[in-house]
Amino acid sequence: MAPKLPPKAPLEHGNSITGGASAHEGEHHYRSGPLRWLLTTNHKEIGTLYLIFSLSMFMVGGIMALVVRLELFQPGLQMVQPEFFNQMTTMHGLIMIFGAVMPGFVGLANWMVPLQVGAPDMALPRLNNFSFWLLPIAFVLLLSTLLMPGGGPNFGWTSYAPLSTTYAPPSTTFFIFSLHMAGISSILGAINIIATILNLRAPGMRLMDMTLFVWTWLITAFLLIAVMPVLAGVLTMMLLDINFGTSFFNAAGGGDPVLFQHLFWFFGHPEVYIMILPAFGIVSVIVPTFARKPLFGYSSMVYATASIAVLSFTVWAHHMFSVGLPLVAELFFMYATMLIAVPTGVKVFNWIATLFRGSITFETAMLFALAFIVLFSIGGFSGLMLAIAPADFQYHDTYFVVAHFHYVLVPGAVFSIMAAVYYWLPKWTGHYPDERLGRWHFWLSVIGVNLLFFPMHFAGLAGMPRRIPDYALQFADFNMASSIGGFLFGFSQLLFIWVIVKCVRGGVKAPARSWDGATDLEWTVPSPAPLHTFETPPDMRRIES
Amino acid sequence: MSGGSYYVPASSKWPIFAGLALAAMLVGLGILLVYGWGSWIMGLGGVAILVVMGLWFRDVIKESRGGLYDAQMDRSFRWGMGWFIFSEVMFFAAFFGTLFYVRTFALPWLDGEGAKGVSALLWPDFAASWPLMNPPGSEIEGPRGIANPWQLPLVNTLFLVTSSITLTIAHEGLKAGHRDSARNCLIVTLILGVCFLLVQGFEYYEAYAHLGITLQAGIYGSTFFLLTGFHGAHVTVGAIILASMLWRLQCGHFERDNHFGFEAAAWYWHFVDVVWIGLFLFVYVF
Repeated sequence: MAPKLPPKAPLEHGNSITGGASAHEGEHHYRSGPLRWLLTTNHKEIGTLYLIFSLSMFMVGGIMALVVRLELFQPGLQMVQPEFFNQMTTMHGLIMIFGAVMPGFVGLANWMVPLQVGAPDMALPRLNNFSFWLLPIAFVLLLSTLLMPGGGPNFGWTSYAPLSTTYAPPSTTFFIFSLHMAGISSILGAINIIATILNLRAPGMRLMDMTLFVWTWLITAFLLIAVMPVLAGVLTMMLLDINFGTSFFNAAGGGDPVLFQHLFWFFGHPEVYIMILPAFGIVSVIVPTFARKPLFGYSSMVYATASIAVLSFTVWAHHMFSVGLPLVAELFFMYATMLIAVPTGVKVFNWIATLFRGSITFETAMLFALAFIVLFSIGGFSGLMLAIAPADFQYHDTYFVVAHFHYVLVPGAVFSIMAAVYYWLPKWTGHYPDERLGRWHFWLSVIGVNLLFFPMHFAGLAGMPRRIPDYALQFADFNMASSIGGFLFGFSQLLFIWVIVKCVRGGVKAPARSWDGATDLEWTVPSPAPLHTFETPPDMRRIES
Repeated sequence: MSGGSYYVPASSKWPIFAGLALAAMLVGLGILLVYGWGSWIMGLGGVAILVVMGLWFRDVIKESRGGLYDAQMDRSFRWGMGWFIFSEVMFFAAFFGTLFYVRTFALPWLDGEGAKGVSALLWPDFAASWPLMNPPGSEIEGPRGIANPWQLPLVNTLFLVTSSITLTIAHEGLKAGHRDSARNCLIVTLILGVCFLLVQGFEYYEAYAHLGITLQAGIYGSTFFLLTGFHGAHVTVGAIILASMLWRLQCGHFERDNHFGFEAAAWYWHFVDVVWIGLFLFVYVF
């Protein structure tokens, strides 16, 4: 698998990893000021840009969520018009998915994949810059639709036709183009990550030597390349239906609005795994570190991740059980969906087995990772409930669905990103994050997030529909609790920003191996990691081979 | 595997310019579609994309010819191009999926077939057929005729298949060090590609002028132009790439064992060719 190269003579900078790391510093002439960030090809700088962008979008999308929660605090219409409410739910979804969670994971990949495989940078550094800078451009365009005549997209992030075609605001054309750009960014970013992992591993590092974070990203990148073009295709068909009179989603011309849903969810379901597989990788790296034990069942973790990715292409219509599918399709998609619980269960089992008899300490990163395991499992279980086609007819488009996917995305994906930030901040900044503030952030977030999303299960089971600015009186208590939880969770994130800013500015100095249980390659370079690392790749070849 | 000689470029201004150019083109197109002006922004963006790509690739070529790239960098390019083509495959897969879905499910259901045929209640007189000459809604006028696959489309198939063969001969010539043979075969490939585009253009003219196959002619016209249109766009891009390869060949950029730019262009051209085979079979013949 790995072509053997003759060992190269070490460069003049010496063969120690850390020596090779900083010696080139004077050789590259880097600009200072804003141009440096616009033109950079360095994976660490681009990773930082991604993470800052992700955090900013998390705040913007969060404010939109708070507008929604504010309106839903009490029954009746108090704060916003229904049209604006719809724009807020739509934009909240789009921004959190494409602007916050995905760029967050890509930022982590940019920073950590080259460090974990012993590569000097990403495989295609200029392309990497292009991938990043497309994102702010795309999101400025997306946000600008809110100011256009007729307002921004108001049809939900899923953009079901004909709401998004026949009945859509004029700004929809710009929404389509902004997502096209975000999609190009994702595809090119994923190509870069795959090429880095497959081609830039340190000599002797086999695929099965890679960390789970690298593995999950390899598989995620494959999913991205496979499904983002499908999203581009379906958006293009929307564009044609809106502007050129085609009939793809118009039954009068022989098309079918349900076709939109098939195409969208063929992208959309792998997309939800794109947002969770890297989280699995992060947790699989953090839990062994703080349990001070190797990951239990490494290879089964790899195979489980691959199985989830393969299965993700065969389950899309479970989003469409109530749309009028043939019975055989309902059955197929129901069973295929339930099958995903098997590899996911393997993962949860392995994390718990890793914890078993470990010497566990509860640093903030570990707290977030443990909360991930528990709370993501809750989201997984409600997913199993939704997978049951006959039951889904009751749950469909209720707040139960909202509770389900927010449990997997917020205390799932978002908590994993926070865990990763706490885990790798010492490597990025050279300082440990403030543990006391981190704990405050963690506990406020956990309490807030559960108060926010748990009552939604009950509201949904009782029949409260999604995406409605007003509701019947019997849902009032659940909604008030959710809104209080929402504001608690939202404002706790200011603490997160404060922890990060504080950590960047100073704090307890972190050594190269910042956590005593950490064993991966990134902990062999100094903290903070110098701009250039592994210019001479570490030799991972085994003596016996 | 990394050997310590992997080239990491210093900062570059092309990516950000490429991003801005792409944004200008798309925003310009959006303004044109929604508000009816802005074509100059789109045009400016489009030209800027070409210019920036040219300058970006010029840097890459310079570095490559300067001997900065090693075998590992070559593999990065190969992985990159390979996965890019895979993304293109998935892009077309969405469109082929649309065609199959409409023909296999949507239209028969509208006609009342199967347990879910309730949508037949919408237009009780509708009879499903493919090509769909009579769309269900009376406000949509269907096509009056369809193209005979065994005339121009067959000619076009021959053009593209032959062009793939000539391109392979060109590549073999390059590998054997016969630059003249490579150049001649590449020129033939380009001519065949341009012939394809001309025939396709003529076919579009026929479709609009005589057959009533338009974008607005219901799902047949929609899928026809979606599939052939995006394919045609890819042939155009492929021809531009091949033309640049011809120019680079003349400049002497390619060596017998080091010419990945040429190979990438060939991969892309073969991919476009394979897509056309699918189009010929499922859009025209069956």
